[in-house]
Amino acid sequence: MNFLIAPIVVAVISGILAAAISIVDKIVNNYGEVNISINGGKKVLALNGGESLLSSLASQEIFIPSACGGRGSCGACKCQVTSDVGIHLPTEIPYLDKKEMAENIRLSCQVKVKADIDIMIPEDLFNVKKIKSKVLSIRDVTHDIKEVKFDLQGEEINFKAGRYVQLVVPPYNKIKGSTQRAYSMSSKPDDKGFVELLIRLVPGGIATTWAHTLLLVGMEVDLIGPFGDFERSETEATMVCVAGGSGMAPFKSILYDMFEKGEINREVWYFFGARTTKDVLYLEEMMELDSKWDKFHFIAALSEPEEESGWTGETGLITDVLDKYLKTKINKEKAREGYLCGSPGMIGACNNVLTANDITIDNIYYDNFA
Amino acid sequence: MVPDLNPVVLLFASIFTSNILLANFLGMCSFISISKDMKSSNGLGLAVTVVLTLTAMLNWVLLQYVLIPLDLLYLRYIIFIIVIAATVQILEMVIDRVSPALYMSLGIFLPLITVNCAILGVALFMQIRNYSFLQTVIFAFGSGLGWWLAIVALAAIQKKLVKAPVPAGLKGPGITLITIGFMAMAFIGFSGMLSVQ
Repeated sequence: MNFLIAPIVVAVISGILAAAISIVDKIVNNYGEVNISINGGKKVLALNGGESLLSSLASQEIFIPSACGGRGSCGACKCQVTSDVGIHLPTEIPYLDKKEMAENIRLSCQVKVKADIDIMIPEDLFNVKKIKSKVLSIRDVTHDIKEVKFDLQGEEINFKAGRYVQLVVPPYNKIKGSTQRAYSMSSKPDDKGFVELLIRLVPGGIATTWAHTLLLVGMEVDLIGPFGDFERSETEATMVCVAGGSGMAPFKSILYDMFEKGEINREVWYFFGARTTKDVLYLEEMMELDSKWDKFHFIAALSEPEEESGWTGETGLITDVLDKYLKTKINKEKAREGYLCGSPGMIGACNNVLTANDITIDNIYYDNFA
Repeated sequence: MVPDLNPVVLLFASIFTSNILLANFLGMCSFISISKDMKSSNGLGLAVTVVLTLTAMLNWVLLQYVLIPLDLLYLRYIIFIIVIAATVQILEMVIDRVSPALYMSLGIFLPLITVNCAILGVALFMQIRNYSFLQTVIFAFGSGLGWWLAIVALAAIQKKLVKAPVPAGLKGPGITLITIGFMAMAFIGFSGMLSVQ
């Protein structure tokens, strides 16, 4: 039995050291009860210290948006800390600009709650809930975009059209940890018991691959939301909306919301860019809305229409079509506002076209997630 | 046999003539990468000294009372490394709690001490040279101080080097290694005065 001595010795020594580490951890990382005071004491949470700010808040049902789930790789969970929690960590600095550093904006997943702490978060976040929903239906709206409807099972979600939710993707296959991805809601705010998302398949994407291959009707999925500040302004300005692919989602919500609430005196131009007829979604629905609503104009532009499709709409890049309409069709005398949703590349290009046509950057709205 | 050594001689020898870094060239990675600024060099030097002394003591006990009696000397590498890793982990947690400022300034370098070869080197030397417990403590502490001295000296030289007209091809690690070579020669110059093995 001599051959057993060596493994036993290694095991015992490792065991003793592991025990020592956990004992020290228990003693050293026991910060007792601490208070998190939010927005100057509007809400005070008492909890045990030692966890990150992000997970401490989540344990108290306050959800700061986070796309990576607390690994410090997305930079989404920013939050202002008004009490002293030490200098910025090397893991935070890449995600913050000078102004944010000066205001002590932190990544909440990197800040450990060790003592009483004062933070400022947008009031809206109090409204954010984690909802256990059930997949009601899944429908292909194009060859690579699925429309997924979730039943909130009795819960309600209160949001303004244009907001997004985080879809919680459970671990699957080789993906070990749970991930979260942001998706704009395409359902109307009045349908409080349901959420509809448009999910485009991104090759290699963790969440989209899961949604396209493993998500089934009847499955339970967690949604966290609503988040964001994308919404229509409360002005009379002409809305110039531009979307591509699944960027359709927030506009579908906003447009139907406006139509049903009778906000039809506002001029709305909606430009939708795609490559081929296969990539256009909700074409009939949008055409129908266009015919029922005088001041709404839907312009779909295809960059590479198939010859046999008989496409009679606009052709060319969406930016060129947008430029043409801004120069010739859209009244320049009236105030105009830009609303964008799509890939970062598309948003950048459209920003250039809009600003070149005298729409100031302050009047252009878009969400900052890809 | 435990070697017959004057503790004071052993201390000075391990700091100067047998400097773990400049005579044995152990612990070079963090030495080269951290020596760019004085504050981090000091922090790292302190951390290495503390970890070195603590782990050498623990490893001596395990060596004398577990590995040698059970005739398991061949396990020394794995055991020494486990002890070093665990000590660094505990130290990290304690520093985080006691002095967040020091914890911040050491940052990633504290966990990196785990793989600092000077620490394993000292543990192996004390075994090869058959040091007693007291000798091990003195040797480890002295080696730590020597490493600290070397990194602070290099940081100071680096500060001057910023203004020096270094040829483009030698900038960065190139000139640093040449500098370390000169420093090593200077330290070897002491070796006639004291010698320990």
